[in-house]
Amino acid sequence: MSACPDKEMLLHGLLDGELDAANVQAVEGHLKTCPGCAEAYRDLQALRTRIAAPGIAYTAPDALRARLEAMAAPPPARPARVRAAAPWAVSGLFAALAAGLAIAVVQPTTLALQDQLVASHVRSTLAQHLVDVETSDRHTVKPWFNGKIDFAPPVVDLAGEGFPLVGGRLDYLDHRVVAALVYRRNKHVVNLFVWPVKPGLLPARDAAPPAGYSVVHWTQGPLQFWAVSDVEPRDLEAFHQAFAKATQS
Amino acid sequence: MSGRILPFGPRLAGNPEPLPPPGRARRGEAADAPLSAADQARFRTLVLPHMDSAYSFARFLCRDASLAEDLVQDAFLRAFRGFAGFRGGDPKAWLFAIVRSSHLTWARSRGATLQAVPDEFEQTPAEGDTPEQALLRQGEVETVRGAIEALPEPFRETLVLRELEEMSYREIAEITQAPIGTVMSRLARARAMLLGALGAEADPAQETKP
Repeated sequence: MSACPDKEMLLHGLLDGELDAANVQAVEGHLKTCPGCAEAYRDLQALRTRIAAPGIAYTAPDALRARLEAMAAPPPARPARVRAAAPWAVSGLFAALAAGLAIAVVQPTTLALQDQLVASHVRSTLAQHLVDVETSDRHTVKPWFNGKIDFAPPVVDLAGEGFPLVGGRLDYLDHRVVAALVYRRNKHVVNLFVWPVKPGLLPARDAAPPAGYSVVHWTQGPLQFWAVSDVEPRDLEAFHQAFAKATQS
Repeated sequence: MSGRILPFGPRLAGNPEPLPPPGRARRGEAADAPLSAADQARFRTLVLPHMDSAYSFARFLCRDASLAEDLVQDAFLRAFRGFAGFRGGDPKAWLFAIVRSSHLTWARSRGATLQAVPDEFEQTPAEGDTPEQALLRQGEVETVRGAIEALPEPFRETLVLRELEEMSYREIAEITQAPIGTVMSRLARARAMLLGALGAEADPAQETKP
């Protein structure tokens, strides 16, 4: 038994989420009545599951990771004056880096809060330093923060809403130590940064976050919350709603 | 900023500039405008996190572990130098287009006579596994990887971008410089070939069908 020839491309489109609403409805309706297409579609789903299994995609070897991170590392505080003096004499990348060092001294990098948040999020996923306390038990995470910070972030597990709690971490943002609660959404990480609102100061809402990242901000009582992730913006908004609902009850 | 611009467009893949051997820069590039500190920070945020994906893509393209490392390093060097020219768009797709261009340049430099040969599959069992467990675990991963690597290149790259990197048809079309219709037919053909190969080689211990 095989799929209807005129439906084959539509099955792939449905699997890949590339159909418009009308076609989704049409193909899903067809799948209910056509055993051939239904079987072909199940085969495609099973194939996807098999390919997406852990271990199929490769990960970068450690040596390569170290080289690339060194290449893009932030410039150290002290510039290499000798190198910067003769940038034309060294190879392209090194010259770019050396000249970058010189510039960095003149113009210290000041990152907007939004950039700091995304940078912290990225660092947490890159450096294998996602959590300091790893547990899905909120009763373990909450006391862990005691004595480490001068406020008590509300901790809830949102596994029921599709955002299981992974753990907690301390981070440094906006010139202070903040709490970071870590959640997962499928393969993605959601970092929720929490710290007290500064009295009389509205948090600055600067420009859109860097491409590929979403930031959602809200306040609850004396605390401000910043959720950062590379999930779809609407998923992050759903996270916000779920978190607010679970903590305000 | 007048840095070397690596445009995200037909010029990149259609007419890639000759590449230096990985890790070494060409003469004359020292005059490039350096990245500002803010651009370097953006590079770390936007491009660096795609390292694993870029390596996996390169590895499936060239089917050789050490060559994939060279290709990725080369692509990141080019991306870093050209980052001042990156304006918006999806940074992952932009990076992948550069990885692919590095691969094409390498493949052309070898000419059509030398074809990339898949790695010999590692046969050493991982520590801690019983030989049987190791065989099962490795069996499934190597079976699937082997089946993907056996696909002809246009089908292989389209499938990897879709199934492993979860890219949209539009992004795949941009990266591979192919019309969306071609992307769709390549994907369908790649999946049909994989179903054929994996169906025949299915590991009895793995449930492939519910």
